[in-house]
Amino acid sequence: MKIEIQNRTYELPSHEQTLLSALVYIRENIDPTLKFNYNCKSGACGSCALRVNNQETLSCEYKVKDGDKIEPLLHKTDVKNRLKKVESWLHVESLKPMGEASEQKIEQQSDCILCSSCFSACPVLYVKPDFLGPYALTRVWRYIADIREKDKHGFIERVQKEGIWDCTLCGECTLACPAGIDPKADILHLRTKSMQAGYFDPAPPQEFQDDFGFNPNF
Amino acid sequence: MYDLLIVGSGGAGLSAALEAKKEGLCVAVICQSSPTSAATCMAQGGLNGVVYEDSGDSPSLHVSDTIKGGAGLCDEKMVRHMCEGAKEDILWLDSIGMPFSRKKERIAQRKFGAASCDRTTYSQDYTGLKLLHTLYDNCLKNNIEFLDETFVLDLIVEESTCRGVVALKDGKVKALCSKATLLATGGYAGIYHGFSTNAMESTGDGIALALRAGAKLSDMEFVQFHPTSLKSSSVLVSESARGAGGFLVNQKEERFVDELSSRDEVSRAVFSQIENGNEVFLDIRHLGNEFISKNLPQEKKLIQIHEHIDPSKELIPVTPAAHYSMGGIDVNEDLQTSLRGLYAAGECSNVKVHGANRLGGNSLLEIVHFGRAVVSKLKLATLHVDTKRQEEKAKQKLNRLFSDKKSSTFFELRSTLGKELFKKAGIFRDKNGLENLTKNIEDLQNRFDKLTISDTNLKDNGWLVCHLKFANSLCIAKVVVLSALAREESRGAHFRKEFQNTDKIALHSYVDSSLEVRFQNED
Repeated sequence: MKIEIQNRTYELPSHEQTLLSALVYIRENIDPTLKFNYNCKSGACGSCALRVNNQETLSCEYKVKDGDKIEPLLHKTDVKNRLKKVESWLHVESLKPMGEASEQKIEQQSDCILCSSCFSACPVLYVKPDFLGPYALTRVWRYIADIREKDKHGFIERVQKEGIWDCTLCGECTLACPAGIDPKADILHLRTKSMQAGYFDPAPPQEFQDDFGFNPNF
Repeated sequence: MYDLLIVGSGGAGLSAALEAKKEGLCVAVICQSSPTSAATCMAQGGLNGVVYEDSGDSPSLHVSDTIKGGAGLCDEKMVRHMCEGAKEDILWLDSIGMPFSRKKERIAQRKFGAASCDRTTYSQDYTGLKLLHTLYDNCLKNNIEFLDETFVLDLIVEESTCRGVVALKDGKVKALCSKATLLATGGYAGIYHGFSTNAMESTGDGIALALRAGAKLSDMEFVQFHPTSLKSSSVLVSESARGAGGFLVNQKEERFVDELSSRDEVSRAVFSQIENGNEVFLDIRHLGNEFISKNLPQEKKLIQIHEHIDPSKELIPVTPAAHYSMGGIDVNEDLQTSLRGLYAAGECSNVKVHGANRLGGNSLLEIVHFGRAVVSKLKLATLHVDTKRQEEKAKQKLNRLFSDKKSSTFFELRSTLGKELFKKAGIFRDKNGLENLTKNIEDLQNRFDKLTISDTNLKDNGWLVCHLKFANSLCIAKVVVLSALAREESRGAHFRKEFQNTDKIALHSYVDSSLEVRFQNED
């Protein structure tokens, strides 16, 4: 089978293989200068995320098909800086013990491997490169929802600007996430919590009944 | 100049970084890619420790289980240090945000191989991932300096003291000086390329660095083979599947071993079945879909992807694979290597808590425990380093590799090394196989030395870095085989077909850059 990587076509053996195996095959047999990231080959290190036919995926999990087009992730940015901006760590230890139910509240969000697939899929970043982005906001929700975190209000403050209200709720991040996390839902949770704390959307849509000229329901 | 340079961003490296920052040291963590790509993220099963007094368990029981598994090569003092400190380590992790799975309001603990009680704490089967990210979030909290995408070429040794490292970063060769250097670079089971559960970057680089710099290695022949890796991809299937009641069966659905014996025993049983022409499967159907989805979600996903199997309905084909390395850079009870100024912690070190065979769940404990402990043992000293000379030396070494001529690559040599190592220095070893392997490695080294690299860019050159890593792998493979040949007994994970008894006196093996294997008792 053939795949295309940055305008170059490579011929691969036809057996079932992951994209990562295919890239390794290309590097070892055709082009040793091919650059790609990898480590664990089991979906835990977050380093091998790529776009295949415009869809984000982990190369160690995706089974490559004839005609696939491989491209790097979009909107590459420094993960550290994003996380430092939202200060995604336990701030003040509350003495509340964590039980089964409260642990389950953060189970999904703490599955995040920081692969940046969600970031690549997010359309807001085309027009607002400083948007905090899905993984940073999911991580904020992971800590707010953590029963052991006492300073929840600080988190809410940090996601008001270039944060939760800039999300279009398109759901591309949720589709892109290889760990089954739903950043869109986490952002909605954050909006609810923000409103409970007295914040609101600084730029709400002007006209609620605007049918944009094509909505058949109005 | 740094007070402490940490090479490696896994559980040991980050634990040490947090402790160092707490002590007010000027510290930086060097990682070859990004911090959260460290192999720690792959660990599934759990972290051992006795946390609750009323559980019927005790640190003494934990110590005796560990020592029994280690088959005579454990340093009891260090095992005690680790097991008695485990409760504090686990509670510390909980206090900084580690999302341990719970049972009621307690940190849940499950059974692992060769453990007399349920003492393995866990986070579903993502324990390593969540441990690494918890430590990472705290490193960001404490503003720890990270040097990402930095590959260490050599240690700086002047006046018999390690003064830092020379590394390739952003396309430049840079000397980084420090008053103490900590290697936390992980193990070398990855040299069994193609037959290992390890990450592709786990080639034992730090251990090769230490050997080249003059430090001693010990017990290098002890490689742990994990009995259950997925047949098609060598992806790990955690011991927790057996801890939860999973069975190992052959194609006739016959069980053939106590699934929760120590890993070396189970691996030998599984491999023997395979050598006799049988196929081996892990059977967790009776655990049920609900249990599997809740407690083994990562495994369920990986098994589906790589074997197209629903583990609640079908048998999972498995085979043993190289998984962990008990041997490593020899350190004393202060985690100091035989080279002044150089320390080691985590899988790359041999602090002799695992002996000849490691218990599941003790590795995550080791890296956190000794990663934290090493900081208080550091002796910092300042010496002037001629950084320009060090950088020139390293640059010249690299330039000798570059050539405009088209060259063949080392990749085929790497696959051959992995295959031969698994065959002849694997679960069952004998003199013929090992001597043959020594010749194989010599041949591979000769062919490797003739290779050049036609991509002469220093920036983002994956080919160059992989080539250098393979040089490290060859170096380590030599030591493993020589040590395996020299040890004419069977003990723990090291099994000699012609010497199946265990000697009465347990001796450690030591190797330095002379590549001569010496045996010695610590006393």
